[in-house]
Amino acid sequence: MFFRMIKGALFRQKSKMIMIAVTIALGASLATAMLNIMLDVGDKVNQELKAYGANITVVPKENSVLTDLYALDGQEETAAAHLKEDDIGKIKTIFWGFNILDFTPFVNTTVVLDDETEVKLTGTWFNHHLALNTGEELDAGIHSLRSWWDVKNGQWLDEQKEGTANGGAMVGTVLAERLGISSGDSLHVKTSDGEKTLSVVGVFDSGGDEDEQIFTTLATAQELSGTKGLIDSIEVSALTTPDNELAKKAATKGPGSLSPADYETWYCTAYVSSICYQIQEAIPDSVASPVRQVAESEGNILDKTQLLMILITILSLFGSALGISNLVTASVMERSNEIGLLKAIGARDYRISGIVLTEIIITAVVGGVAGYFMGYGFAQIIGQTVFNSSIEMKPMVIPIVAVLIVIVTLAGSIPAIRMLLRLRPAEVLHGR
Amino acid sequence: MSLLEIKNVSKIYGPLKALDNVNLTVENGEWLAIMGPSGSGKSTMMNIIGCMDKPSLGEVILDGVDIAKESGKKLTEIRRDKIGLIFQQFHLVNYLTAVENVMVSQYYHSMPDEKEALEALERVGLKDRAKHLPSQLSGGEQQRVCIARALINHPEIILADEPTGNLDEANENIVIDIFKQLHRQGTTLIVVTHDPEVAEVAQRTVVLEHGRLVNEIKNEGFEE
Ligand SMILES: Nc1ncnc2c1ncn2[C@@H]1O[C@H](COP(=O)(O)OP(=O)(O)OP(=O)(O)O)[C@@H](O)[C@H]1O
Ligand SMILES: [Mg+2]
Repeated sequence: MFFRMIKGALFRQKSKMIMIAVTIALGASLATAMLNIMLDVGDKVNQELKAYGANITVVPKENSVLTDLYALDGQEETAAAHLKEDDIGKIKTIFWGFNILDFTPFVNTTVVLDDETEVKLTGTWFNHHLALNTGEELDAGIHSLRSWWDVKNGQWLDEQKEGTANGGAMVGTVLAERLGISSGDSLHVKTSDGEKTLSVVGVFDSGGDEDEQIFTTLATAQELSGTKGLIDSIEVSALTTPDNELAKKAATKGPGSLSPADYETWYCTAYVSSICYQIQEAIPDSVASPVRQVAESEGNILDKTQLLMILITILSLFGSALGISNLVTASVMERSNEIGLLKAIGARDYRISGIVLTEIIITAVVGGVAGYFMGYGFAQIIGQTVFNSSIEMKPMVIPIVAVLIVIVTLAGSIPAIRMLLRLRPAEVLHGR
Repeated sequence: MSLLEIKNVSKIYGPLKALDNVNLTVENGEWLAIMGPSGSGKSTMMNIIGCMDKPSLGEVILDGVDIAKESGKKLTEIRRDKIGLIFQQFHLVNYLTAVENVMVSQYYHSMPDEKEALEALERVGLKDRAKHLPSQLSGGEQQRVCIARALINHPEIILADEPTGNLDEANENIVIDIFKQLHRQGTTLIVVTHDPEVAEVAQRTVVLEHGRLVNEIKNEGFEE
């Protein structure tokens, strides 16, 4: 009988129930969209910010400022002026290796052109293919680390293409203009260690100092500077967790100052300081330090965006709770005769509330499921317009949204249920 | 012992005495009509007898229990077990079919039993309309569903507040016939009415005016 009553109530008063379901669906869709974006936005914002460069640089110990400070403690420094090319891949093997998005080595040297002017030449990876001994494979290099470079003519140097790997180069616009060269031309350079004719595959505009430089492959630069197998520095782009007190303490006083438990927490959190520390552990005689501004603003922007999302979610849920409350109250009011009658024929309050709540919850489930899929759509639309990419739907959003809907629906039903409990059959049944 | 004893009952709404020191006794199996002008307190009295309202003063002893002193929960139980209600506006649940409306009463009483509910509809001549929604039934038919619902749990007392108020002559007669039948089976009936024809068929008529019982007429020509 209970189900016949529920069925009757749901199917024979469809329009009312559909209104309630739509309200719930709207709330649910906003919550779904916002939560998914919120959970995904961390990655998205980081990817956006990654476009503005690396957030960690790794240099040999001897070249670092820190070394100068520590040199006072009297330890014998066996520092190298270079890092080893073979060690680069180790960056990916650290505890937070998964958070390392990209990295590239640099070899800097100065070359002399045919007109006897000196120009900075940098050897690096463009889209270097790495097969790590962990089995992982990836492409690393400045193609993605300098994604804002505007290639004026020609194209990005493709290391994986036969021919360009050795002797290919990209030239900054300022230099290219001065020399009157463009892609397809060749450029003769020499150093004390040798000379080489580079073929220009692209001219780029970086909007900075790099516009006066030549970028070529690591091997070419090593050959020209006579530093085979060695590199000067590494730029790393890593996903990091915003710093907190613990991270600040570790960064200023050193990880050794932490208690074992704190150390554990710090080490196992993707703070920029713990990632730097782990890189130093992985690469011998290296000093990794954060490029401060970028790391901090990443955390800030993330915090703010997420706060905004949470506020929108709360507001939208609050809005739908109000909407539900209005609709359910109106529906109970409309049915006050029926409710009075059920009371008059001997139905206890809890049984009537049970029926009304069951109806609402079934409606909420229908609305919630519909809302989830609508929210999926919203999330994708927002993802496309704001981040130019799709939003990955996190399964953990489903239980969260379900719980939120139940809470919101029940909260929205409180006034109606209170009215239902207060309703006295004598007042509605004798048609005054 | 009488089935119902109303002793010195008053119902006071601010300055208004909807019932003013009413005394009335109803025997088991009796058929009583209550008449009176609009606003005289008839519905107020029915609500009190029907355990949906409490008197401001006085005692209402139904089947040995003073319902003026009982809690809301106990009153719900008494309504469920002892009282059958018939209303002028029928008050059927509009999204349930005729037979389901009868079954609702069974459901809150004990166990819904479709067969028994159909039998009750048969008694009021509505077996073939059992699957219709209230909106698909005429007023007279709706009132008969309402009567079937009131009867289904075999109440000791049936309270009908203007049961024929919204019905035409033909349907009024059908309802009166059902009441006669119920009376023969020993059901106690209290019927509020404006209609002298409906009052005439009862055993006894009491008249309320301004909340007081002003007259009591025994129906000499009452036919068992
Ligand atoms: N809840 C209430 N609050 C205030 N006054 C009330 C209330 N219920 C009833 N009354 C008043 O009590 C008086 C008796 O009302 P009641 O409904 O019993 O009259 P009635 O005899 O049934 O009238 P009718 O024939 O029109 O149905 C009326 O004056 C009515 O306005
Ligand atoms: Mg009345």
